[in-house]
This record gives sequence, structure tokens and C-alpha cells, in this order.
Amino acid sequence: MKFIRDILDKQKPLFSKGGRFSMFQSTFEAFETFFFVPNTVTSSGAHIRDAVDMKRTMIVVVAALVPALLFGVWNTGYQHFLSLGESVGFWQMVGFGALKVLPILIVSYVVGLGIEFAFAQIRHHEVNEGFLVSGILIPLVLPPDIPLWMVAVATAFAVIIGKEVFGGTGMNIMNPALTARAFLFFAYPSSMSGDNVWIAEKADAYSGATPLGNLLNNNSGDLPNLWDMFIGIIPGSIGETSKIAILLGAVILLITGIASARIMISVFVGGTVMGLLFNLIGANEYMQLPFYYHFLMGGFMFGAVFMATDPVTAAQTPKGKLIYGFLIGMFAILIRVLNPAYPEGMMLAILLMNVFAPLIDYYVVGANINRREKRAKKAIAIQINETKI
Amino acid sequence: MSELKTKEPLFSAKNLKLIKNPLGKDNPITVQVLGICSALAVTAKLQPAIVMALSVIVVVALSNVIVSLLRNTIPPRIRIIVQLVIVSLMVILVDQVLKAFVYDVSKQLSVFIGLIITNCIVMGRLEAFAMANRPWESFLDGIGNGIGYGLILVIVAFFRELFGSGTLFGHQVIPEKFYEWGYVNNGFFILPPMALILVGIIIWVQRSRNKELQEK
Repeated sequence: MKFIRDILDKQKPLFSKGGRFSMFQSTFEAFETFFFVPNTVTSSGAHIRDAVDMKRTMIVVVAALVPALLFGVWNTGYQHFLSLGESVGFWQMVGFGALKVLPILIVSYVVGLGIEFAFAQIRHHEVNEGFLVSGILIPLVLPPDIPLWMVAVATAFAVIIGKEVFGGTGMNIMNPALTARAFLFFAYPSSMSGDNVWIAEKADAYSGATPLGNLLNNNSGDLPNLWDMFIGIIPGSIGETSKIAILLGAVILLITGIASARIMISVFVGGTVMGLLFNLIGANEYMQLPFYYHFLMGGFMFGAVFMATDPVTAAQTPKGKLIYGFLIGMFAILIRVLNPAYPEGMMLAILLMNVFAPLIDYYVVGANINRREKRAKKAIAIQINETKI
Repeated sequence: MSELKTKEPLFSAKNLKLIKNPLGKDNPITVQVLGICSALAVTAKLQPAIVMALSVIVVVALSNVIVSLLRNTIPPRIRIIVQLVIVSLMVILVDQVLKAFVYDVSKQLSVFIGLIITNCIVMGRLEAFAMANRPWESFLDGIGNGIGYGLILVIVAFFRELFGSGTLFGHQVIPEKFYEWGYVNNGFFILPPMALILVGIIIWVQRSRNKELQEK
């Protein structure tokens, strides 16, 4: 480790103010803190510090996303060869999937980090680490057949309009990865929805419909069985198909305490309530679907674990988190079942609740203040009464 | 007062400012944030946006002049309703002219010409300027604000039509080759939210260039 320190110390003057490469100062700083915990000391205000700073928090989330990514790589290859009707070995599937998925990942990181570094230098602040997570989330929520230039445009849009205009990491109102997906969904609908985009280079005759697409067309007979959906050998966005991989990520996030269990659980509760409610109505086949099917289809679980729990855009108060998660679950199922224009409701539900999260917090805090004020008034009233007696 | 009037040239520095300010640091859309509704609604294509801009310029300028001429005789208590009558008169005239000469565009703009009556810029200029100034100045102020509004409309419509439909004034601009290479028109630019984002970007650029507009 010492030789890295030595290299960094040697290069530092070049990148400091006045040095030859001072225009890349923020870039240098980002890599330095990437290797070593910064030795700066807080000079005022709160003094609680932890080795788990933002950079390390983000890396844990990335680690939690790796199982979903790896499964996505394999599944991309598996679905492709399945549609062609060829049976090939494991490594050939992985190889094909990697050729499809890795370019998307690289484009997303290069474009996003490039913009982040540029903004950090222009605004003279440190490079924020938030994009480490967004950069891997973006490919995971996209179909494997998406053209790379679209990924680049959407990433640029998400970082600039979704994040930097609000002041960078920690200030954004909406989840950047979902902003990118929503942008693509509305800008290039033919590459983001329908039956033809979910399997990379699929054979024309093969139906590439996702379970959600099937249900929308009232084809519930074509649904894959529950076990297939749970393992994830179904067409879909790269990272959303395997529920096992997602649950693995959820365990990592919950053990390290980075994601809020309240939000995750309340999303599922919200989905369950809405699913049961539709069962009660039961007007069509889609409404009669058992509620647990909803968890296994589309991006519901992925959204609940990785998107809804984003600490920046979620509600902050404990009660607010419950309301926020519950409403996400409800809206996601509501949009899925009732709106034929949007087969998957999770993205829109989370974005909508992102916007409402501050309002939820505002009223939760207000209610708490009122409750305590009442209690205080009561206590004073009792005291006065006692002194009178 | 009458002496002063004869002395001041028609295009004095002060009068020119009435036209210039609304284009930049006092722009009705980007600084005062008025008239946003129509800026979102009619900017999907350039042609209707330009016709809309011209209509608003005419309506603001002429109603400014008329209100300014009547300003000393309008009873303050009912001034809003009087202003509204004048504005609607102008709007109906503009609407009839459009229907007579550019019927297609008039159909595209549908209700939005009629809705100029409720455009905050028109009422705002009448209240803020024409009620307290002489006709010539009011005319210039109306022209200035109309152009300031139209400028933003045209900029937004330019980008929306270029990226949303690949055309300008209905002519194909983005070469066919691009489409063969895999380029696709951006459907988001056709939707009104993109107009809102574009207006936001214009405000962002304007504010970062103009120190006067930045809050401390």
C-alpha cells in the first residue's frame, strides 16, 4: 500500500493550485480518496466521523448490485440463444451477454463520470461519488438491445438535468438512474417497450414478450412458471429478472445498514394491499392475478430494493419512510394493472413518490411538532391545576 | 409636461431601453416567469410558435396603446374589466386575420390564440406600464415585451422541432443518412415537459451569464 501513497504524494504538487495539471485537481483528489481515507479534520460543527464515508457507502451498494449484474450478463446470452433455438455452453452465453452488457456499462460510466468530473472542476468542489452507483444502475434497468448512443444521451440527461442543476449528489430530487430510464422511455419508446427489445438480437419468430407484456395483452396463459420468474430466466431489463440475485443484494444492503428496511418492507406491503384489493374487484384476468406474481414480474423487486431505498431521494423521517414505501408499492401495481400505456409501473411510481417525499416529511415533522406541543400544553395545564389545589 | 414631450426624441436612450430590457434582463418568460402555459403548448413546431409570437406582439403593443390613451378616464375600480374588453377586442381581431390568411396555422394553434386574453404578460404590461405611461412609450414597451416573449418561444420551438421531428418549418433538416445509421427522433421533445426543461436551461444559461440576476 505504501507505494501507492508514495506515487500519490509525488504527483500531488503537480495537481495542486498553480501546478501544471491544476485543471484536473478534482480528478486527482477523487482518486486519492479512492485509495486512502482522507486525513482532513473537521474544524467546526459536528465531530462524529466514521471510516464509512460516502465513497465506501457507495461501493457497498455497487457490491450489492454485482450479483444482479452477473446474472443479467448470463441471462442476456441465455435468452438470445434460446430465441435462436441453439443450445450452447455456459461460457458462450456469458461471453455473448458480456459483449452486450459491458459496452452499456462502460458508456454509462464514461459519460456520467466525465460530466461529474467536469462539473466538479468548474464548481470547485470534490467529485461526488454518487455516480458510482447510478452508473451501474443505469445499465441494469435498460433492455439489453438498447443502442449505445441512447445510453449516452440518457446518462448525460440524467446527470445534468436530474442531478447537477439541483447542486450535485445529495441535492437531487429524483433518482438519476430512473431519470435516465424515464427519459429513454418517453424519448425512444420503440427501443424501450414492446415485445422486441427485451432479448438481445432475438430471432424474429420468437416471442420476446415479458410477463408484464403478456398480461397486458390478456395472455396470462403464456406466463412462465413462478420458479422461472424467481430465478430470473425470463426476458426483461438486464438486472431486474433474477429475484435471487436481487434478494442477495438486499441482504448485503440490510446487513450493512445502508438501505432502509422500513422502505423495502413497506413497498412490499403496499404492493400486497393493492394486489389483494384488485383481487377483490376481479374485473379482468389481470386483476385476478395473485399478488405475489407482481413481486416476481418486471422491476418491482429491483425497484423496491435498489431504487426506492436511495437515501437521497427517499423520505427521511421514520414514519415518512413507511408512507413513502407503501405508496410506491400501491402506485406501481395500480399503474401496471389499470394503465395499458405503461406495462411497468414501478419506475413512474418511484419517480412520483421521489417528488412527494419532501412533502411527506414536511407533514410528518409537522404532526410530530403538534403532538409534542399538545403534550407540553397538557403538562402545563396539569401543573397549573395542581398548584391551584 | 408638454414641453418635455416635444423635446424627447422618439427613440431616446430611455425609450430604446423599453425595447431592449425585455429581451434580456427583464424577459417576461425567463425572468418574470409569465406566459409559461402558451410557451409549453405551441412550441412543438417553429411555424405556429412564430405566428403565436407575432400575435402576442400585436396584441400587447396595441392594447398597451389603447389602455394608455384611456388611462386617465378609466375608473380605477373597474380597470381590470375595461382592460380585458380591450385585450379581447385585439385578440378577436388577430384571430380573424389569422383565420383569413393562414387558416392551417390558425387551426393548429386552436384555442391558444383565444387564450392570449389570459396571457399574464398582456395583463401584466397593462397594469404595470400602460396605466401609468404615455402611448408611445407604452407602444414600445408592448413591442419589447412581445419580442422578448417571442424570442424564447422561437428558441424553444427551434430545438423541439429539430430534435423532436428532425425538421425546421416542416422541411427535413436531419439528413436521411443519420436515420440509416440508427438515429431516432427524440419523442420526448414533442411532449410539453421538454419545453419546460428547455425554458429551464435557457434560464440557467441566462443567469450564469448575467450577474445581476443571481441571488446573493
